[in-house]
Amino acid sequence: MPLSLGKDLLDLESLTAEQITGILDTAVPLKAVSERAIKKVPTLRGATVVNLFFEPSTRTRISFEFAEKRLSADAVNVAVQGSSVSKGETLVDTARNLEAMRIDMVVIRHGASGAARFLADRIDSNVINAGDGTHEHPTQGLLDLLTLRERWGTLAGKRVCICGDVLHSRVARSNIHGLRKLGAEVAICGPRSLLPHGAEEVFGVTVIDRIEQAIEWADALNILRLQLERMEAGYIPSLREYNRVFGVTRERLARAPRELLILHPGPMNRGVEIDSDVADGPHSVILDQVTNGVAVRMAVLYLLRGGRPDQAAAAGAAAGDP
Amino acid sequence: MTASTVILDSRACERTLRRMADEIVERTGGTDGLVLVGIQRRGVPLAARLAALIDAREGGRVPRGALDITLYRDDLQTIGPRPVVGTTELPVDIDGRVVVIVDDVLYTGRTVRAALDELADFGRPARILLAVLIDRGGQELPIRADVVGKTISVLEDQLVDVKVEELDGQDAVLLAPRRPRAA
Repeated sequence: MPLSLGKDLLDLESLTAEQITGILDTAVPLKAVSERAIKKVPTLRGATVVNLFFEPSTRTRISFEFAEKRLSADAVNVAVQGSSVSKGETLVDTARNLEAMRIDMVVIRHGASGAARFLADRIDSNVINAGDGTHEHPTQGLLDLLTLRERWGTLAGKRVCICGDVLHSRVARSNIHGLRKLGAEVAICGPRSLLPHGAEEVFGVTVIDRIEQAIEWADALNILRLQLERMEAGYIPSLREYNRVFGVTRERLARAPRELLILHPGPMNRGVEIDSDVADGPHSVILDQVTNGVAVRMAVLYLLRGGRPDQAAAAGAAAGDP
Repeated sequence: MTASTVILDSRACERTLRRMADEIVERTGGTDGLVLVGIQRRGVPLAARLAALIDAREGGRVPRGALDITLYRDDLQTIGPRPVVGTTELPVDIDGRVVVIVDDVLYTGRTVRAALDELADFGRPARILLAVLIDRGGQELPIRADVVGKTISVLEDQLVDVKVEELDGQDAVLLAPRRPRAA
């Protein structure tokens, strides 16, 4: 059955379970392309993709760039440094300029929640959200889902606990929506000051106060990066105390009643939210996440290419065999 | 709905495949360096079937692979839902080998063109042959099959429907009116 995502990928919240599964299913054969001697297929030949990054990012940008190049798209990186112009105005201007250069797809990373949708509504090109403020980071969510599905075969009935600064985390939001749509149970664990108020009702997750309880409950922990500026802002007393109370350490993991997978979106603060023993240990799937990141981004690029808004509903017309 | 016409029933399919297997070995002069690669989806079980027939007659085991040509299609620029991408799996290094591409139906030749491009990304075979169960004519590219099960002349609005036991529960080749495009 052919699959359509419509014109843009802005979040996982608005996708159906079938669409998410379709992206993951497409990522599997695309992952194999990266294992070939010639790591390139002609699929997006002639398409121009702009990676528009208003926030610094190394791994997400590189991951997208690999994905684009392995599909033979022409990729242009635009790093927009902090500007005095207000964010809204910058985006409108940028959108118009990009359109005038006849591009096909835009990957956008922006500090303001909703920036990707703002851009998507104003240009004809396909837009992929690579992280917008504290809203969503859908391709990170997808790569986490793919990594877990590879290990488990299915997400249905599995328990995933997202640990740390859920309040400010777009990774957490994409994870919660994606995991729940695919049938997993989701919990969040961290200091109450870093958990969204009313998360049980708003996101349908369980709130766990102690990391020991999370380890006892979960089949996987997705450990978020603690932004160091949160300490200065008074959300936590100190990094040392955070590690002592919420750090995922080898000693704590040793008490897990079942095999537990450890995910981290990176970059890690070793010794703060995660200890090196754990990050490099046998339960860690952190490097699988990086490999899968390229694969899910290739899948999203492939599926969105040429997509139009009216195709968001599952596709009926057959893309018949030649 | 007009009824389908049977072109090959299951026994005829079996006889045809047996002859094709013999013809492949005849053309390649033995099984040295031979690899059979089926195009997803129905070419894959057909390639496995042909390889098994060759194994039975010649001894040894001919490697079989699968090729999914979706990422190499020449119509991906056209707007529409994306076709599902399948698995490509080549069991051996194809450099210097004799690769037989196996598909169910040869029609426009565009699938074979894509398959040739994909194979080139995996290596440089000494020779590539094309074996198809049905050649229905209508090629739009300068591509011809080397080993053909049955050549038939088919109107443009007709569909050659190949069924294989592994995917469809029975072996048969039917001629059916083309399904009307979904509105």
